[in-house]
Amino acid sequence: MTQLDTSPSVPVYQLSHLRALEAESIHIFREVVATFERPVLLFSGGKDSVVMLRLAQKAFWPARLPLTVMHIDTGHNFPEVLEFRDRKVSELGVRMVVASVQASIDAGRVADEPGRSRNRLQTTTLLDAIAEHRFDAVFGGARRDEEKARAKERVFSFRDEFGQWDPKNQRPELWNLYNGRHRPGEHIRVFPLSNWTELDIWRYIAEEGIEIPAMYYAHRRQVVRRDGMLMGLCQWIQPGEGEEVTEVTVRYRTVGDATCTAAVESAAATPEEVIAEVAATRVTERGATRADDRFSEAAMEDRKKEGYF
Amino acid sequence: MELLRFATAGSVDDGKSTLIGRLLYDSKAIFEDQMEAVERASVQRGEETNLALLVDGLRAEREQGITIDVAYRYFATPARSFVIADTPGHVQYTRNMVTGASTADLALILVDARNGIVEQSRRHAFLASLLRVPHLVVCINKMDLVGYDQEVFEAIKAEFRAFAMRMDVTDLSFVPVSALHGDNVVHRSAAMPWYEGSSLIHHLEQVHIASDRNLIDVRFPVQYVIRPRSDEHHDFRGYAGQLAGGVLRPGDEVVVLPSGWSTVVESVETADGPVHEAFAPMSVVVRLADDLDVSRGDLICRPHNRPVVGQDLEAMVCWLDEKHLQPGGRYAIQHTTRSARAVVKELIYRLDVNTLHRDEGAPTLALNEIGRLSLRTTAPVFYDEYRRNRSTGSFILIDEATNATVAAGMLLDPAHVG
Ligand SMILES: Nc1nc2c(ncn2[C@@H]2O[C@H](COP(=O)(O)OP(=O)(O)OP(=O)(O)O)[C@@H](O)[C@H]2O)c(=O)[nH]1
Ligand SMILES: [Mg+2]
Repeated sequence: MTQLDTSPSVPVYQLSHLRALEAESIHIFREVVATFERPVLLFSGGKDSVVMLRLAQKAFWPARLPLTVMHIDTGHNFPEVLEFRDRKVSELGVRMVVASVQASIDAGRVADEPGRSRNRLQTTTLLDAIAEHRFDAVFGGARRDEEKARAKERVFSFRDEFGQWDPKNQRPELWNLYNGRHRPGEHIRVFPLSNWTELDIWRYIAEEGIEIPAMYYAHRRQVVRRDGMLMGLCQWIQPGEGEEVTEVTVRYRTVGDATCTAAVESAAATPEEVIAEVAATRVTERGATRADDRFSEAAMEDRKKEGYF
Repeated sequence: MELLRFATAGSVDDGKSTLIGRLLYDSKAIFEDQMEAVERASVQRGEETNLALLVDGLRAEREQGITIDVAYRYFATPARSFVIADTPGHVQYTRNMVTGASTADLALILVDARNGIVEQSRRHAFLASLLRVPHLVVCINKMDLVGYDQEVFEAIKAEFRAFAMRMDVTDLSFVPVSALHGDNVVHRSAAMPWYEGSSLIHHLEQVHIASDRNLIDVRFPVQYVIRPRSDEHHDFRGYAGQLAGGVLRPGDEVVVLPSGWSTVVESVETADGPVHEAFAPMSVVVRLADDLDVSRGDLICRPHNRPVVGQDLEAMVCWLDEKHLQPGGRYAIQHTTRSARAVVKELIYRLDVNTLHRDEGAPTLALNEIGRLSLRTTAPVFYDEYRRNRSTGSFILIDEATNATVAAGMLLDPAHVG
């Protein structure tokens, strides 16, 4: 059981930083569930979405999670993450919607570019699924510390009927009063982890003993070096001409589309060791692991304007 | 570790984003890839490394060289962790400054040493005091451009003090800095030996914030009713919410508003088990000894310490929408977990932020203007004066036609309300 920082002998009435973040996130979950009709939580099996799921559970304890979860499946998955996803969902007994990018491709909604990441393609699948299921609030695990366009986003982020984000014209958001009003066809993206950093996520995982996919911890893996990044071999990453395969002790700092998510060399095998590593690192998690954000300075902003996570 | 939230404020180009970039850079909170990206972008723009690009992340911001919306940044020193809201100085985006400042414990108000205090510095300082940001630090910036002259610093300081005397400011301090070169930001400046105060970061680490919270008035706005109806928790009925003030314990006698029924707190629960007390900003589930009809928007408090219950409100508001305030108009109001409608009965006055003059004949409030309103709500609101409680004393108004958030309101003491 977690210790809240309350003790009768020393009434300091001070919440630790992590518990203050937790309280804020729980408040956000409850606001949404109390005021929206069809909220959905995006769940990929990645560490942020796992933490988000834990916070959602806490917000409604001891009741069951009054939410649907949804995975936008690029079809380029790490098998261990899919296995983890399914196990978590069945443990919680929640309804899961899997929206498939492959299905969007097959239906001609988007065009696949063989060999390229399907990161950007997810947007169409996501928006189609939101429309199909008439979701009005979509919880995402994005954090402001991840990226400079994300650093600008509100907790309740309004999306128009095309799912677009207009960063130049965001609603004012004061105190903890969130304006979730929208017309049919529009929706609100909600980011309960807005104020968490990568380090906060890890400290919380450690404090709470939260299980996450094993690939976040050090393991041996066959990799190739590509653009200075370590790409783990899998169905979609095969050695190219002149690329050398080596076995290295690595872990993943983020888990996304398997074609564009890199591993980092690491011996950190426990949450505590990861915390020490993250606290000392000199490179951001996206910088270290996401090939897709290297295309342009404003890659994330552009994707987000189109309706990306 | 204790958390300090602070926001920047001040006129356009006074150096807010540069200062935040410098603060992050000199306290080694910048990652290598972030720095490389900023260096690349600076070279492309044909400038020297521009630390403001660490926060000005939007395409439009970089094109125009100004901040448009708040950037949130996070960093920690061994003494404290910080949430920074770097806000825009441009008058058009004042509402984004208000967004960033509404939750701040401290505001850094930047003043360009060459220009001194300008209208926008006054507006932001006044907004910070109106939002009751408890601590103000005036950073007199670009000291490098005035030869690090003590007299310039002292003159601006005196002028600011005189202005601040007419506002509600409890803690005010001044630091002469050069955001560009880093003087007195993280490191003490060798160029200003006459300055004997602490560097900015030292001040941020030391400022005393623990006493800023209200631990006296128990205020628990009910957010959500939890009824599992499962076999295991068949009879469980709990009221979920976040404490907005005071300390709540099992056994406490409480009343529920608006019904006025009294009962006793049976337990205060969390997913991690019951707690023996809860205080702001904890999110908990309160169980009551009696089966009462309690729902979202109700408020739990102590019988001898109740908020004001009323439908006639008076408040200072900052207008946030291009469409002007409509006296007599109807808006949706959100206050704690309660929603209702409100009619604007009267614009009592509009405030001139330069002179603090009250214009009682003003017909309306335009974007970014500040004034005092009286409102009547369709349902009673349970509130405290904003200066006593930032949570139960604040509200927003929403235009029901556009769904835009059009005003931020800070409630006034009903004793002064006729
Ligand atoms: N010489 C000098 N120039 C400075 C200093 N601080 C900022 N500047 C310059 O002033 C200009 C504006 O700086 P910003 O940091 O973008 O100003 P800002 O207050 O964030 O502006 P907005 O966010 O648009 O309101 C830039 O060209 C900076 O390089 C300083 O201490 N000395
Ligand atoms: Mg700026």
